[in-house]
Amino acid sequence: MSWVTKTLSSTLGRKLIMALTGLFLILFLTGHVSGNLLLFKGDGGEAFNIYAKFMTTNPAVKILSYLTYISVIGHVIYSIWLTRQNKKARPIGYGMSKQSGSSSLASRNMGILGTIILIFLVVHMQSFWYQMHWGDIPMVSYEGEQYKDLFSIVSFAFQNELMVIGYVVAMAFLAFHLSHGFASAFQTLGLNHKKYSPAIETLGKLYSVVVPLLFASMPIYIYFTQS
Amino acid sequence: MKLTIKVWRQKSATDKGGFVTYPLDGISKDMSFLEMMDVLNEQLSEKGEDPIHFDHDCREGICGMCSLYINGKPHGPLQTTTCQLHMRSFSDGETITIEPWRAAAFPVVKDLVVDRSAFDRIIQAGGYVSVNTGGVPDANEIPIPKVIADEAFDAATCIGCGACVAACKNASAMLFTSAKVSQLAMLPQGQVERKTRAEKMIAQMDAEGFGACTNTGACSAECPKGISLTNIARMNREYFSAAVSSENV
Repeated sequence: MSWVTKTLSSTLGRKLIMALTGLFLILFLTGHVSGNLLLFKGDGGEAFNIYAKFMTTNPAVKILSYLTYISVIGHVIYSIWLTRQNKKARPIGYGMSKQSGSSSLASRNMGILGTIILIFLVVHMQSFWYQMHWGDIPMVSYEGEQYKDLFSIVSFAFQNELMVIGYVVAMAFLAFHLSHGFASAFQTLGLNHKKYSPAIETLGKLYSVVVPLLFASMPIYIYFTQS
Repeated sequence: MKLTIKVWRQKSATDKGGFVTYPLDGISKDMSFLEMMDVLNEQLSEKGEDPIHFDHDCREGICGMCSLYINGKPHGPLQTTTCQLHMRSFSDGETITIEPWRAAAFPVVKDLVVDRSAFDRIIQAGGYVSVNTGGVPDANEIPIPKVIADEAFDAATCIGCGACVAACKNASAMLFTSAKVSQLAMLPQGQVERKTRAEKMIAQMDAEGFGACTNTGACSAECPKGISLTNIARMNREYFSAAVSSENV
């Protein structure tokens, strides 16, 4: 093994991959939530549809999107690899174990939270990402140019109460996952400092509340405004 | 105090083992936890039964030999070593569950005794400063800032008891290894072998079959010496920078 593969397959190397992919996905979420704020514009989806076209055709965005796919897949594969090692490290568990006082619920259940988010992601991508790329989608025209009317697909999907509830619940899981993951990624990278770590912790908690809350408000908003 | 002791009994490394419950009476609140175990063992010996095997040595909280997972926590309900835990931390009539550390890297030898030599092998891999012969240097010849000396000393207070591994949901040894990497990485004497030390100790930690860190913080919360998580971040920095800059290909 070369020193690169040796480093990246060590426990710390694999955690490094988890942290880097996780932080990239946090960047992705920031972009995703900012762009989707256009759903609140109340212009019948014009700005959102123009944005959606830009996001699926711009070459720079294309590169970012491939990095996002790689990050999701990497984050999942490496978490499975690490989890298998963790299970093997304690083949016989305790008869009685009290862990609530010494660590947070989210930090102990990152795998379960992540699995639920992954299931959500599959449903979410099938509903919108797949439709946008390969689905049978109505067209609209703004100032003589043709656009795929993704907004109509979104509006239609969120007429279904189950979809709205499912999305809101999934965002709660995302919030818990981020509440530990954000600051944890910095710790793994070795970025722990008296001056900055408290700020990173606070930013992480804030981010894990604000971003999922904004995401969750989108299906609710559409449900009540587009019926 | 009247107590019910539910304890893990296992004849040998290969035996399956299981919990056995013993009633115990006449325990003073001022007894240490290990003295309570001694009383129980005396009673077992008098009855001709095999006493419960457990590790202990100094009984002063400094050697790191005692272990025991008591009522769902390493070293019991207080953040201290089992030898410094007293029966006043328990209530009359309580059932106390006692288990060995659980980790693949810490196999059970007998009853509550586990083999913690995996830690020794991590130290042997690089947790030392090679001795150079020569005259004894002056005490203040090598200037070390007080803050750094304190932080290195805080890391060095790790007694290697293994409570971090026992507390961690992944049975990870990162708090221990990071303390042992940190105590030398911060001092001038540790610079010569700094990069190789980080690489070798972490490779050994992996080879022993410990789990990975999820940054839950349970290790530090349960550590009798309060070793801080900043050591784990420092170990990660040491390892990543060694990986990209050391001479070891």
